[in-house]
Amino acid sequence: MSSVTTTHPAEPHGEYHPGGLLRWLTTTNHKDIGTMYMTFSLIMFFVGGIMILAVRAELFQPGLQLMKPEFFNQLIGVHALVMIFAALMPAATGFANWMIPLMIGAPDMALPRLNNWGFWLLPPAAILLTLPFSLALLGFGDGAIATGWTFYAPLSVQGGWGVDFAILAVHILGISSIMGSINIIVTIFNMRAPGMTMMKLPLFAWGWLITAFLLIATLPVLAGAVTMLLTDRHFGTHFFDAAGGGDPILFQHLFWFFGHPEVYILLLPVWGLMPHVLSTFSRKPIYGYKAQVYSFIAIGVLSVVVWAHHFFTAGMPVPALIYFMFSTMAISLPLAVLFFCWIATMWKGAMSFETPMLFAVGFIVLFGIAGLTGLILADVAADAQYHHSYFVVAHFHYALFAGGIMGVMTGVYYWLPKWTGHMYNETLGKLHFWLTVISFNLTFIPQFFLGLAGMPRRIPDYALQFAEFNAISTVGAFILGVSQLLFAWNVWACVRGGKKAAGRSWEGAEGLEWELPSPPPHHSWEVQPQIK
Amino acid sequence: MNTSTVQGAPRQHYFVPQPSLYPVILSGGMFLLALGFIQSINGFLLGRWVMLGGFAVILYVLFGWFGKVISESQSGAYRDWEDLSFRYGMIWFIATEVMFFAAFFGALFYVRTISVPTLGGLEAAHGTTLWPDFSATWPTSGPKGPTFTPMGAWGIPALNTALLLSSGATVTWAHWALLRDKRTQLNLGLTATILLGTTFLGFQAWEYHHAYSELGLTMGAGVYGATFFMLTGFHGFHVTLGTIMLLVILLRCLSGHFTAERHFAFEGVAWYWHFVDVVWLILFVFVYWL
Repeated sequence: MSSVTTTHPAEPHGEYHPGGLLRWLTTTNHKDIGTMYMTFSLIMFFVGGIMILAVRAELFQPGLQLMKPEFFNQLIGVHALVMIFAALMPAATGFANWMIPLMIGAPDMALPRLNNWGFWLLPPAAILLTLPFSLALLGFGDGAIATGWTFYAPLSVQGGWGVDFAILAVHILGISSIMGSINIIVTIFNMRAPGMTMMKLPLFAWGWLITAFLLIATLPVLAGAVTMLLTDRHFGTHFFDAAGGGDPILFQHLFWFFGHPEVYILLLPVWGLMPHVLSTFSRKPIYGYKAQVYSFIAIGVLSVVVWAHHFFTAGMPVPALIYFMFSTMAISLPLAVLFFCWIATMWKGAMSFETPMLFAVGFIVLFGIAGLTGLILADVAADAQYHHSYFVVAHFHYALFAGGIMGVMTGVYYWLPKWTGHMYNETLGKLHFWLTVISFNLTFIPQFFLGLAGMPRRIPDYALQFAEFNAISTVGAFILGVSQLLFAWNVWACVRGGKKAAGRSWEGAEGLEWELPSPPPHHSWEVQPQIK
Repeated sequence: MNTSTVQGAPRQHYFVPQPSLYPVILSGGMFLLALGFIQSINGFLLGRWVMLGGFAVILYVLFGWFGKVISESQSGAYRDWEDLSFRYGMIWFIATEVMFFAAFFGALFYVRTISVPTLGGLEAAHGTTLWPDFSATWPTSGPKGPTFTPMGAWGIPALNTALLLSSGATVTWAHWALLRDKRTQLNLGLTATILLGTTFLGFQAWEYHHAYSELGLTMGAGVYGATFFMLTGFHGFHVTLGTIMLLVILLRCLSGHFTAERHFAFEGVAWYWHFVDVVWLILFVFVYWL
């Protein structure tokens, strides 16, 4: 493998590089935009985290101690919207911006100005989501959306103006994600280095390609659904009102047509980066490349036809229940292929356990629990018992924290040396991993038990019998929250300095991104490499 | 997966635009528009002015950003490689628009095949019903909605179908002219398309007036009124956008822009126009006719 890193022509004369804040406002560079996405994501991760720590503090013991139930409802809804739309999705888009051009040998993303717009739509949307909290303090309105993140009608039709803020925020977030997706699809289709066929495309790019298609197929449906909600609220339509011939369950169908693929939108980028990390630290090629590509495609297709398993108990004909149960369970087949490939990649490898590898292995174990508990919830008969209980809360946090956030952390630790040109503090990273894994399980294992015992979600008070498990869960949540400060510190310190990172920052790392120096030059691959 | 590399000959230079303030200003304008809209619908009179401000900012960016793109295009910055990016981008953008309409068609099919029949069959299924007099026929405004006359298919709507279908033909005729460098036919074809589109919008406005003033058919006329106005309304909004886009293309044609080889903007707008056309056909069948 020959080096191709030294032959970049000097940057053309007259190129305009504003400094300071203007650099970030105006940038068309995929690395700058990726950095902004990652930074925004980290900030919003803490914003959403503080909200849920307030919720856990309220749930520390039975009775109402800290807040009114209305405020509790606002916190859980906005926590979910912030974590999904403003923390996890931007992190995935940040990875895509930083890594896809490096991995496929492109000079930049295909549509750079659009790329910048995609990012700068996020802060206004985040402000719209959280503004009603501050406005309520000033005496305007009754606070943020209090329906949970799902906007279910008729509650959301009756709710205060926080619902309007959330609807408009979702519209803007949706435009942002759609612009990002279009850009990623065009980049992957049109910007690959000569010789890089689709079946040589890095798995991370494949994962994101399927994600982008899912976003294009489902986000406009969410936009349509919340638009109908808006007109039901303010312009006299009756989409979700039985007295006018509509149906509240119609909203649930439209919402989850988006909402279920959204789970895979959050997870496919992580599944894409996982094999890169596992292969690097096992010093073995990726096992089952083609099988993983086909599994991504299969999961993408299946994910848009299973949505109604989120509301089995809402009332549906039995044939529909059975169809949605079996199609949901069918997703576990391609997912099992992925698990098999991840484990087979490590099999008999010369493994070492740097922080990204620790997170990757932790991800496989904990995300496995998410998958298995998901199968339980997919069963119509069992779901009648578990629906709307803490079992569901625990399940989807295993999917979205252990699967999503820990996957993002895997990627951050893996690629930080490439981005910053410095190695992060390994001891601190390992400490962060162990604290995260232990406190995460301390938080959410008790919630499985609470759910099985019948504790409902989204209620600020509970029966005395649930007290011990809730107390344990709250202690775990606070340790989990505080441990993330280690992560933020480690990232910050790594940006500021540290041991110099080589172009190939990890011994066993393969792929185009490692052929460039760390950090890479301004225009990543000014001269496209030729792939044999 | 083999990603071994060798030093390749430079294929060509991809155009990466200079840093630009337009995107962040556009986001600011959209924020104001959203904020002002929320204020207006919740009874704050100031909201209208905030909306107006946001709209002005958006308009400024549309002129500036598209102007910048047009001047880059005229200066020859875009070649085959960039051209293909724009084509892929436009195709997937139209795909998102298709899915946006799919949400409303989905709602229409759901109420027609599930919610309305269920409301009419409650007594048979459960032995009791809130609305014993309700019969599940379509069109309906539901058990408690106002009475109204549904919109007939074979008056204005059929005429509008003919108008839009002809406009699809005229824009293709203009495209043929562009490919053969017949500029007069190109300008004529585009002008005809714009006139047909504008006439369509005029008829649509007349139809809305007729619905509100004579038929009792309003947004509040139950689920029929809701799906009717949301589907035709969003379609009409897209025709408006398409007409404005065609107008810009016509002005560019009159200034001598585009060649037989290089005219992505023309084609992108033509695709968009055909998309609007197809949506109307589906709409005519399922909203007006059946």
